[in-house]
Amino acid sequence: MSIRAVRSTALAAIAVVLVPVLAACGGDEADLTMYSGRIQPLIGPAIDLYEKSADKTVKVRYGDSPSLAATLVEEGKNSRADLFYAQDAGSLDAIEKAGNLERLPADILEQVPERFRSRDGRWIGITGRSRVIAYGPKVKTSELPDSPLDLVKPKWRGRVGWAPMNASLQGYITALRLVEGEDVARKWLEGMVANETRVFDSNVPIRDAIAKGELDLGLINHYYVAEAQAEDPAYPVKVHFPKEDLGSLINVAGVGVLASSEHKAEAIAFVRTMLGRPAQQYFADSSKEYPLAAGVKPSKELTPLDEIPSPKVDLANLGDLKGTLELMRETGAL
Amino acid sequence: MANVAESGLLPPPAGARLGWRAAAARRLLGARRPPPLLLALGLVVAVAAALPALYLVVVVASDGALAADAVLASRSLHLVVRSLGLAAAVTAGAIAIAVPLAWLTVRSDLPGRRAWATLATLPLVIPSYIGAYVFLTVLRPKGLLQDLLGPLGIQELPPIYGFAGAWLVLTLFTYPLVLIPLRAALRRLDPSLEEAARVMGRSPLSVFRTVVLPQLAPAIGAGSVLVALYVLSDFGAVAILQFDSFTREIYIAFQAAQRTEAAALGMVLVLVMLVLFAVHARVRGARSLHRASPGTQRPPAPVRLGRWRWPALGLCGGLVAITLVMPIGVLLYWASKDLAGGLDAATILGESTNSLLAAAAAAGAAGVAAVIVAVLAVRFPGYATRAIERVGYAGYALPGIVVALALVFFGTRVALPLYQTLAMLAFALTIHYLPLAVGPVGSALMQVPPRLEEAARGLGRTPIQVFRTITRPLVTSGVLAGAALVFLHAMKELPATLLLAPIGFDTLATDIYRQTTTGFFEAAAIPALILLLIAAPPLYLLNVKGVSSS
Repeated sequence: MSIRAVRSTALAAIAVVLVPVLAACGGDEADLTMYSGRIQPLIGPAIDLYEKSADKTVKVRYGDSPSLAATLVEEGKNSRADLFYAQDAGSLDAIEKAGNLERLPADILEQVPERFRSRDGRWIGITGRSRVIAYGPKVKTSELPDSPLDLVKPKWRGRVGWAPMNASLQGYITALRLVEGEDVARKWLEGMVANETRVFDSNVPIRDAIAKGELDLGLINHYYVAEAQAEDPAYPVKVHFPKEDLGSLINVAGVGVLASSEHKAEAIAFVRTMLGRPAQQYFADSSKEYPLAAGVKPSKELTPLDEIPSPKVDLANLGDLKGTLELMRETGAL
Repeated sequence: MANVAESGLLPPPAGARLGWRAAAARRLLGARRPPPLLLALGLVVAVAAALPALYLVVVVASDGALAADAVLASRSLHLVVRSLGLAAAVTAGAIAIAVPLAWLTVRSDLPGRRAWATLATLPLVIPSYIGAYVFLTVLRPKGLLQDLLGPLGIQELPPIYGFAGAWLVLTLFTYPLVLIPLRAALRRLDPSLEEAARVMGRSPLSVFRTVVLPQLAPAIGAGSVLVALYVLSDFGAVAILQFDSFTREIYIAFQAAQRTEAAALGMVLVLVMLVLFAVHARVRGARSLHRASPGTQRPPAPVRLGRWRWPALGLCGGLVAITLVMPIGVLLYWASKDLAGGLDAATILGESTNSLLAAAAAAGAAGVAAVIVAVLAVRFPGYATRAIERVGYAGYALPGIVVALALVFFGTRVALPLYQTLAMLAFALTIHYLPLAVGPVGSALMQVPPRLEEAARGLGRTPIQVFRTITRPLVTSGVLAGAALVFLHAMKELPATLLLAPIGFDTLATDIYRQTTTGFFEAAAIPALILLLIAAPPLYLLNVKGVSSS
């Protein structure tokens, strides 16, 4: 490489770095900035609803909920985000604990049952998803267990998959601990490990392994299967809603307004739109989630929300999650 | 008289016992004092590169007891051992592949050796999570291979989950980290040393073992450190292949918002890295590695393979088939399924441009920083310069999420106007991948005889002139190799890009992420293929350029 080439490369590199910096200083700011742990294909159309009705623009940073939560904690009061839309309650709770979520107005909070929002009113669930047992073609419906606790039976040895790193499974174990007691949860975890339950890093690969016939059952959330069925009606995986032992526990995806935001009024208007009928209907139709507000009915193949037993515990409480992780480590589940 | 000398009134005579102050300075900065400007630049680079580690210190200091608990848990220790075992096995595998391949593509008359060299470095471009997923798709118990073998009565393949699968995939996707510096070192090797040994009656194999291999040790060592640290910090491949690693523990802590515990575990990785360096330092030692003969470097005559060329071609072909043809085949198959829905060319073009911009900026900056660090470490060895070099590795040894959060932390506190701009993203990628550039530059520099530089200084050139006219031309291939490595890694980087890029700055890697989180690996195929396409020309140029300049 000649000296000239090196020099021009260096100049190009400097230009590459400087131009966007200067452009950023010029500022073409959107009205709202949101960090979203939900992916664009899922949330994009709902954001469009707000942008059209309010005539505002929303800039969105996409990522996974825990990473974005960690980012918001590090950013603190200097955050440029106005809203945080998370896939799980725990991520929202982390920001609430860090003291950077604004209390939402009562008229918003009232729209959603108490168990699907923060006790302090600082974040609110928009949609819910149910824990389910996904099953493949080799399993007869008569064999399906009524409780996840039955999966420790010898019959299911090596045939079940779970994702211990996944927030939804951790939420289930937290609920189990708080409702049925530490001993029940410990025995279940030990039994699952002893029964050679197969470990996956997230829900989607479990679903895919069932589809391949490498697994027969999987503990996942209902909407992963709904997604695959939407792509391919002949998809070989089905879902079963276990009636006992919190088997169909609901986890929420929710949103909070940052206390450091300078656009709180717009941000709160955004939350209102998400709870409005058009957005709730969109979520129910597209991702087959449970709409939590506006009286919108969930997709008819789902078990109605009020038939799903729900514990009187705070699933977002990270103090409880810590106990869950410790128990999971002690029993070898993590 | 001695008192006068020590009191500073008289300069100490040459060779006299040094005062404690001078002796300490000598230990710190080495026998040769670096120019102050260079040292200052080195310190700037070191501070920048130390930011991720510094962030961990800040977080851990907020609750030392909690941090200690996390580290001392017996499980953490167990996982460190497991991860180290994987790192050692992958490193050994990578060396075993890279050494014969480097020799064949540099020193033999293997047909098409430049093309093989390019093809053999390409797996580096495939993000390890994509590579792992492709291998899983093909080799899983009921995967594509089983589909093919099904008619032969094979119902299920042995599981590739766990250590074996992680070892296979990481070895096949990281060996280029050894191959690239090794090829550069082989090209710069002075053939007169080997010729002398041959003249004195040594067999070719004995010459390779006693003359060539020791000369290649720095390059192998540098590459091995990169492979080992890569394995220790990788998360994608081990997660997909269900191997319980130490990084997984760090991610669990972050996911559960256990910031202090996560940081404490990150510190353990930094400590492991320091231990690795102690080992590496023994390998590198302080040998003389530059050419013995005066005059211009000349290429050695290629070794004629004769009928050995067939097994050699088989080796290269087999490797390329597994690491490149198979993944590309699977990606093309997925892409063909996905393309039915049409291709959004404008989006892909925009993402490609963004990926190029960020990666090129990082590669350029890392190239410059690497020259500063390597010149200090190689030409002015001492505690301080060595510390500068080693601090640079911290950002590489840590998982991407830690580097990203460190810059979120410092960015929002110290450089808010730059926060979440392309400049900050490029900065993050630079400090994350700096060691990838320092290694090749350092190895190249070690093979340039300092006498050449000293002679030029003696003839009245300034240090800067010496650098421009003597050092730089001789280390250019090393700098290019280093910058190319940074470029390739920056292109596929994910956690820092997601958190630090300007909003809406979609890259090929973020597109792949978006598709894979929903399980639509088919849709991730097109950005992954374009990643490969963009990376191929620089790699080819690098290989051709390297050959013609030697």
